[in-house]
Amino acid sequence: MATAAIAEPRRLFRRPRATTGFWSWITTVDHKKIGILYGATALLFFLLGGLEALVIRMQLARPDQHVISANTYNQFFTMHGITMIFLVVMPMGVALMNYMIPLMIGARDVAFPRLNAFSYWTFLFGGLFLYSSFFLGGAPDGGWFGYAPLNQTLPSHGMTFYSLGLQILGVASLAGAVNFIVTIINMRAPGMTMMRMPVFIWMSLVTSFLLLFAMPIIAIALFQLMFDRVFQANFFNPAAGGDPILWQHLFWLFGHPEVYILILPAMGIVSEVLPTFARKPIFGYAAIVFAGIAIGFMGWGVWAHHMFAAGLGPVADSAFALSTMFIAVPTGVKIFNWLGTIWKGDLHFRTPMLFALGFVAMFVIGGLSGVTHAVVPSDWEQTDTYYIVAHFHYVLFGGAIFGLFSAIYYWLPKATGWMLGEGLGKLHFWLMFIGFNLTFGPFHLLGLEGMPRRIPTYPADMGWNFWNMVSTIGAFTIALSIATFILNVFLSRARREEAGDDPWDGRTLEWSIPSPPPEYNFATVPLVKDRDDFWHRKYVTSPDGRPVPVLAGGADATAHDDEPHEHIHMPSPSYFPVVASLGAPLMAYGVVSLQPLNLGSPSPPPNEMASIALILVGAVVALLGFFGWVLEPAAEE
Amino acid sequence: MTSPRRLRCGLFAAVLLGMVALLGTACSGTGPQDFLHPAGYNAQKADDLWNIVFVIATIIFVIVEGLLVYAIVKFRHRPGREAAQFHGNPKIEVVLTVIPALILAGIAIPTIRTIFELSAKPSDSMPVTVIAHQFWWEYQYPDQQVVTANELHIPTGRDVLVTVEGEPSDLVTGLPEVIHSFWVPRLAGKQDVVPGHKNTLILFTNTPGTYRGQCTEFCGLGHGFMRLRVIAQSPTDFENWVLNQQNDAPGPAKGSLAATGATLFQNGAGGGQFPNGPACSACHSLTSSPVDKAVPRVGPNLGHLADRATFAGATFDRTDANLARWLNSPSAVKPGARMPTLGLTTDQIKALVAYLDTLK
Repeated sequence: MATAAIAEPRRLFRRPRATTGFWSWITTVDHKKIGILYGATALLFFLLGGLEALVIRMQLARPDQHVISANTYNQFFTMHGITMIFLVVMPMGVALMNYMIPLMIGARDVAFPRLNAFSYWTFLFGGLFLYSSFFLGGAPDGGWFGYAPLNQTLPSHGMTFYSLGLQILGVASLAGAVNFIVTIINMRAPGMTMMRMPVFIWMSLVTSFLLLFAMPIIAIALFQLMFDRVFQANFFNPAAGGDPILWQHLFWLFGHPEVYILILPAMGIVSEVLPTFARKPIFGYAAIVFAGIAIGFMGWGVWAHHMFAAGLGPVADSAFALSTMFIAVPTGVKIFNWLGTIWKGDLHFRTPMLFALGFVAMFVIGGLSGVTHAVVPSDWEQTDTYYIVAHFHYVLFGGAIFGLFSAIYYWLPKATGWMLGEGLGKLHFWLMFIGFNLTFGPFHLLGLEGMPRRIPTYPADMGWNFWNMVSTIGAFTIALSIATFILNVFLSRARREEAGDDPWDGRTLEWSIPSPPPEYNFATVPLVKDRDDFWHRKYVTSPDGRPVPVLAGGADATAHDDEPHEHIHMPSPSYFPVVASLGAPLMAYGVVSLQPLNLGSPSPPPNEMASIALILVGAVVALLGFFGWVLEPAAEE
Repeated sequence: MTSPRRLRCGLFAAVLLGMVALLGTACSGTGPQDFLHPAGYNAQKADDLWNIVFVIATIIFVIVEGLLVYAIVKFRHRPGREAAQFHGNPKIEVVLTVIPALILAGIAIPTIRTIFELSAKPSDSMPVTVIAHQFWWEYQYPDQQVVTANELHIPTGRDVLVTVEGEPSDLVTGLPEVIHSFWVPRLAGKQDVVPGHKNTLILFTNTPGTYRGQCTEFCGLGHGFMRLRVIAQSPTDFENWVLNQQNDAPGPAKGSLAATGATLFQNGAGGGQFPNGPACSACHSLTSSPVDKAVPRVGPNLGHLADRATFAGATFDRTDANLARWLNSPSAVKPGARMPTLGLTTDQIKALVAYLDTLK
């Protein structure tokens, strides 16, 4: 198409051309590289969030301890929650979606490659912005839920960092969500109808819609908080006619769908891993898909179960008790379908399978304790105790994190071309499984014994000493399991055991292409004829219903076609996404520095003009990035 | 080949058994805030529901995890095993959707009935107002016209209607007061104290005793040290307590150390000031009756401090040594404490402690 005769387009910079090395990563718009960046960054934040957890557990190991001050403790538990939710589980899900969605639907990239890069850089800068608060007067210390009016009255800049940092991360999530929705709806390979999509793709779609509708709600609440803190607005100030309960409604109307944003990708992963290692199709595909969609819808109607003790009255309490109980029905459907999937299978306990089974086993516990929260009078006792902390760790660690590790062991060979070691992988699983239960199992008992959340220490005569010590030992066992994982990655990388295209005898399209996949993924866009299309290319069904391998050369399954027959237009790398995403954190630093140093005192900020200048610089950088982005063609020769 | 697999299955079973055992021990706890040992009507109602749900959840847990473990053992890969290629079974799927829905409906009915039962306000109850401050509790008895702090006295055998009331503004900083939550696990579930809102809660017990509780809504630096006690007394004992509260404690003997302390309390080291802050009387009232005379309310009412077992948000036992440590530097012993480090001398502290001990 392009010829030398066409004039060079007008541009601000020369277009980046590197395909390897540092600049290729900075300017990449390839969904696979962005997926790896997302995943690696999330794993680094996972280590930080884990370190915070270890310090918390050291502080709570025994009564009346002073390992860290109450102030540091509050910062650590707040940042532990924010980190694990916004900087670990969400971006790990996004990493997997990024890498796998195009491969599983037979596409060559996502719909908006530069938006994808923008999403990653915005996420990274948002995370660094939040963590920089540790060095700028103190990290957020009002809890991840940041209840008003405490979020206004905490004196350090921490909660201002919170209001702006989560805002930036929300932009990243929205950009990702729009991208995935359009990609899944518009870019499926011919024949890949909605009901032939892998369950992981379905769960990614539901998750993306949840993000699309949930992030604007928290965005409003965060803007109100920012105005309250920086400009003395009164959205949540009861003395001036505001209402602290408004924050709770906004926060949990976002916050509960957020829980499903965290868990649905893991449910999708397990729905891919179980069939592969049971060597049979998923049980009740339609039911498992519709259960996911039902959870997506019902997830909007349960938020006030976080507020049963806030005094909403018996009618509202009853309504939300009912909705909360009945969201357990589609969740139960999924559990039964996973059991049906392994039933009468031929189970191969490779590492991804162990993590997937661990997910099912632990998620059942988290689900059952969840139902007990719906029993409102009982919840009045349980809420804000360690019983709740136990519940959501069984869902988000026993559930989401186990699912994500299953995905890492399952799909990393596709991304790298080499296998992760099985021996250390299994050791990792068992250490984590035991450590997890040692850490979070006792939380149930501590909660029932009346230990509240978010207390930096406790007296010795409460009957909480023994289980706290057990839990701390468990936490260090988890740390050991993570060390095993890291060791495994480095040893496996050195060993480079060849993965081949299809190490697990997989069922879906990503296993039909080389590992790692070429930049364009599919040399020839596949024509999809079945659900689990790749499996059906490898096996035919004999008259008595058994799968019979297609003889070598008899089908196109193994006959590779790595070289494209035609010229493939791939989007070109670009500087502009990273430039554009630098704007928001600069503006945010400007806003933070506008906040008076001592809340409640009338003293103006030390240097208002410098703050405003910083905001303007940030705006100019963002505009520069967006204009450059708009004015350059997506792809060029 | 099979032995490591056996070992793994064994491990798995051991972990599951261990967890069941853990849950089992939940019923044998004896901690002072153990809400599975209810001593009040409200907590009893919650416990009755818990007992139903816990049994159902345990049965489901055993069935589901049992099926999972069974499938893992039974269908594990062995040479020659082939996976059955089926895609689903609509009949089983419908049944397994309907059964949980029915179970949940069964749980929902007693739940909603109890929600409404507990929201009813008994007519002949005794009112108490609970006001939460950072980081201590203020209690007002409108019928008896008594004010006290941190240790709530209630009569046994009578409904106490607790109104938890959030003050719109913090009395110290003028910033908005934050949310707290009033919780005495063995008597009742928790109730948030929301600035600008009034919520109610019934306390009822037949068993005299001291019940421990604490703030359960994260409220800042001192959150872990915002504890409380409820002291349930026989009606006669309660009446006597009220009578004592309604009269100011007698002043200390002239010329005693305590009398020096009384002067320091009222006037500070001179001119109503200590080196780093105002005299005690600027924030603490010694009058605990009637309610509108019990000012200032910036710090806890100390009218009958020597009657209490604890102080500073029921955080410390009220011993002379603890009081002295506290007066020396409140925020050093209790993170977030609002009381300033006044810069008292050792002698001044001794005198103040002697005076506080007289406030029976």
